[in-house]
Amino acid sequence: MASDGMPKGESNMFVYDASPETGKPLTTHQWYDGTQHPWEFKRVWHLEPSLHNPDHVYAGVEDAALFQSKDGGKSWQELAGLRGNDTGPKWQPGAGGMCLHTILLDPNDPERISIAISAAGAFRTDDGGKTWKPINRGLHSQYIPDPNAEVGHCVHRIAMHPSRPNTLFMQKHWDVMRSDDAGGSWHEVSGNLPSDFGFPIDVHAHEPETIYVVPIKSDSEHYPPSGRLRVYRSRAGGNDWEGLTKGLPQRNCYVNVLRDAMSVDSLDPCGVYFGTTGGQVYHSVDAGDKWKPIVRDLPAVLSVEAQTLP
Amino acid sequence: MIRVILPPNLRTLAHLEGEAELELNGTLTQCSLLEAVESKYPMLRGTMRDHVTQVRRPMVRFFACGEDLSHESPDAPLPDAIADGTEPFLIIGAIAGG
Repeated sequence: MASDGMPKGESNMFVYDASPETGKPLTTHQWYDGTQHPWEFKRVWHLEPSLHNPDHVYAGVEDAALFQSKDGGKSWQELAGLRGNDTGPKWQPGAGGMCLHTILLDPNDPERISIAISAAGAFRTDDGGKTWKPINRGLHSQYIPDPNAEVGHCVHRIAMHPSRPNTLFMQKHWDVMRSDDAGGSWHEVSGNLPSDFGFPIDVHAHEPETIYVVPIKSDSEHYPPSGRLRVYRSRAGGNDWEGLTKGLPQRNCYVNVLRDAMSVDSLDPCGVYFGTTGGQVYHSVDAGDKWKPIVRDLPAVLSVEAQTLP
Repeated sequence: MIRVILPPNLRTLAHLEGEAELELNGTLTQCSLLEAVESKYPMLRGTMRDHVTQVRRPMVRFFACGEDLSHESPDAPLPDAIADGTEPFLIIGAIAGG
């Protein structure tokens, strides 16, 4: 440990690819005020282990880019084709920064990866990361100059059940969306949610049409509607939602639940977990019917991952 | 009639549902349009541009007719389609919370 208590470590060196062979064009992206801004590494938002090799892992970073390690995280190389798809100058940061936060690996096709960036939208590669295309058709965002633009949408999170990799569920800045063609087109499934703003979305481990979201009041009011912390579950793949409240605070609760702070385990019945910006982590052993806090006094919870041990 | 679309948080502040509608004479510029908005909705003063310098707030952008006008001169004439109300003038906030 260093004298200030922080662990020492070598930098993982997330260096953007600027090589003539693969890193061109190293474009700029939009800054908040609309001017162009160079890419600058700030932090890692999400790590996704390969489905096929225990030493391979992907990292989504801010400013938005996708990196891959083939040596267990010792070194990283950018999959630069994502930023090279010509739409980079239209990407812009949300208030949380311009982050690549979602990485979905198709279990049936090792060459297919879908990712999401706030605020650019969703993108997919079908050739292992060499080339990428935006997959945002059907998204409608009132808060951007062209609500139906190809890129620029503030996608907050995408979830997928491994048995149905062509079905994707998205929590957008506003709207909960669904695609049944691997992102080729999207339609809204917000249905009867009290608010369709929120951050996380996840899928039940054994029921690919059962999904979970945590509605938040609005983009400027990051707390549950009416101060009541409710997870909403749809067993119909969207549109028809039920509020899950047992064990969750139902008055004066003004926490947020961030996009990476929900997870499911692989037990039967499925366990569901989520953490809050108030430092609580809640757990349900029965797919969301009842909840209990596991811990209450952590710092703001950024990420929750469940691992089921044999 | 000139049509102005405000971001949701400023609509809330102005107690406004839908578009703001303005009547303006003379050459229409960003500056004259914003002055008219602030005159009709005084609670918006300082939210879109600095109280004193009148410089656009960095998190606020202006669009019209599919063009980003945020970096144009505040005194440049706006397109005719804005002046005659065919197209709205869009005031867009940076994406909050994303």
